[in-house]
Amino acid sequence: MFRILKRRELNKSVTLIEIEAPQIAKKALAGQFVILRTDERGERIPLTVAGTDQGRGAVCVIFQVVGATTMSLDRKREGDTIADLVGPLGNPTELDGIKKAIVVGGGVGCAIALPVARRLHELGADVRSVIGFRTRGAVILEEEFRACSDVSVTTDDGSYGETGNVCIPLKRLLEREKFDAVYAIGPLVMMKFVALTTKPYGVKTVASMNPIMIDGTGMCGCCRVTVDGEMKFACVDGPDFDAQKIDFDEAIGRNRSYLAFEAEAREKHCNLYKKEGN
Amino acid sequence: MDLRTTKYPMPVRDPLVRNRDFEEVSLGYDGETARHEAQRCLHCKAHPCVDGCPVSVMIPDFIAKIAEGDFEGAYRIIGESSSLPAVCGRVCPQERQCEKFCVRGVKGEPVGIGRLERFAADYHLSHSEKTDRPVSNGHRVAVVGSGPAGLACAGELAKRGYEVTVFEALHTAGGVLVYGIPEFRLPKEIVRREVEHLLGLGVKIEMDSVIGRLYTVEELKRELGFEAVFLGTGAGLPRFMGIKGENAKGVFSANEYLTRANLMKAYEADSATPIYRGKRVAVVGGGNVAMDAARTAKRLGAEKVFIVYRRSREELPARREEVEHAVEEEIELQLLTNPVEIVTDGDNNVVALECVRMELGEPDESGRRRPVVKEGSEFRIEADCVIMALGTSPNPLIKQTTAGLLTKPRGEIAADENGKTSLEGVFAGGDAVTGSATVILAMGAGKVAARAIDEFIAGKE
Ligand code: FES
Repeated sequence: MFRILKRRELNKSVTLIEIEAPQIAKKALAGQFVILRTDERGERIPLTVAGTDQGRGAVCVIFQVVGATTMSLDRKREGDTIADLVGPLGNPTELDGIKKAIVVGGGVGCAIALPVARRLHELGADVRSVIGFRTRGAVILEEEFRACSDVSVTTDDGSYGETGNVCIPLKRLLEREKFDAVYAIGPLVMMKFVALTTKPYGVKTVASMNPIMIDGTGMCGCCRVTVDGEMKFACVDGPDFDAQKIDFDEAIGRNRSYLAFEAEAREKHCNLYKKEGN
Repeated sequence: MDLRTTKYPMPVRDPLVRNRDFEEVSLGYDGETARHEAQRCLHCKAHPCVDGCPVSVMIPDFIAKIAEGDFEGAYRIIGESSSLPAVCGRVCPQERQCEKFCVRGVKGEPVGIGRLERFAADYHLSHSEKTDRPVSNGHRVAVVGSGPAGLACAGELAKRGYEVTVFEALHTAGGVLVYGIPEFRLPKEIVRREVEHLLGLGVKIEMDSVIGRLYTVEELKRELGFEAVFLGTGAGLPRFMGIKGENAKGVFSANEYLTRANLMKAYEADSATPIYRGKRVAVVGGGNVAMDAARTAKRLGAEKVFIVYRRSREELPARREEVEHAVEEEIELQLLTNPVEIVTDGDNNVVALECVRMELGEPDESGRRRPVVKEGSEFRIEADCVIMALGTSPNPLIKQTTAGLLTKPRGEIAADENGKTSLEGVFAGGDAVTGSATVILAMGAGKVAARAIDEFIAGKE
């Protein structure tokens, strides 16, 4: 059992929680993830570590409420417990030798992009962040990004920041200056377009993959992605890969494998919710 | 002496009923049948069966006890050599081990040694009292992984008074016994009882603990103060064939498919874990894991399930009984057949498995006749789900995170016959060392390593 120490809603559908797990907090580095299970009958879901507080022994994760599992996680309050928390898993993001970088975050992916931006800043790098959201109400962590980087914000509907997607400011930055690396973290479609945008500039581009996972230790093989024509396993070989070499279209398809099941589970869960509410 | 030339039949559930649920297929002998079967044993002086057993269980001795009606006595004899008899009685390939050498098998069927082992173990489980906790000798050992190797090693050490902590990556103890082997072949209740027995001996089990990440092997020794570490991390990543379409939607490794079903109980209505319920399922491979995946698919409602295997029926590596059970449950064997492509639709969903027929040519290094492609034999098996059960390659995690730990060319941990690795105080055994093998071999390796750890620690004093 792992206790939830803190809970904060970042916007209507994105929640931050801090979970008590001192040893994971001690070990986790930017880019690594945890797998959690809310309760005994729960599903195992991977969530990237958004930060740690070693003093309080806390691991911070930020999640978007999209399915039955994230719904039940979202119903947990401070002091409640979750059944399992495993980690830190995956390899930390490689940041050695990077002096100047762009960190691109999309939607809830910003939660994962933030520790990368922070870490680069701590290492003394010149960091620019490009963070994109659907609309004004969805914007999260802007202050936190400002504290460690130069920030450009975009919204699809133009209700805040620049209108359009992250590729516009990204391209502008690449036109003007030279960077050592671009880190892209967000929806697969966004990362695919970031890779297309950076390609002509020949800048190292890293994408953080978040495929379906079960064990997270290299046993089940469901986290496989095709990189440079080869089969790789995100939980042990990644989750970061060279964005120019990832088969994003295949990955997008694979992430939809259980769509019908998820819709049904969500439905059931919502009905349960309603009943309890009566 | 009972002169019957065939084994007393094992009571099994109706194939067309059982292939729709997950309850155990074989029901086990009752006491009377067990005594009859035991009387078929000739008690040969040379006991060739014992030599066929990877852990040398004194088979004629335990069978004699069953014949006498001393079932606990039989269990005690098995327990001297085996740590998990209720499991091994169910999953060992007896026809290739003990029973292969049974003299009764020359004219007729061998003695049902596996069935008798299972009987004695089940009898013990349902009659035994709480185990006494041994007095601690004050020495601490870490065991990494709670599969057959880890459980056997932990049990053996605990009996010798060691304070053992087992670190398990998943949320349930048992390793492959809980995520891999299905309920209908090995009820999880049996694994749970074996684990409980260890807890009774004072063993601690830490779930959700991925060694290599949460703590490195080095940290287990240096920071947590364990005097020795046993690595029983099991086999690793599932293998694929490298053919087109393997990452399509509807293609799974057997490990993924079985883990969803077994560990996550995805077949139960209230489980939050999804599983793909294919209507026509093709399972590629011929081992126990392939049979398990095929029979699971059937139970999840598939209309047609195919086993696609490139050699002939004789060469199927699965236990004979599992093949028989699978066929009874209406699993179709497509033998001498090899997939060449997974065919997909425009949305990257599986629609068929393109195959070729094979014929057996000259023997290869393994002594088995090498299958060669029959020209022009291409055909398609329509399928909306393909499961790859082709074995595994070693897990890289411990290797990547443990400096100085030597591995074999293909990546398995290098260990000598006592489980000693290249690092002082670090031992290893089971699939992590041998690659995918059997439960009994892993269990045996765990036990042998426990003795080596005992000597290592005693030698330091
Ligand atoms: S999540 Fe199972 S192998 Fe990566």
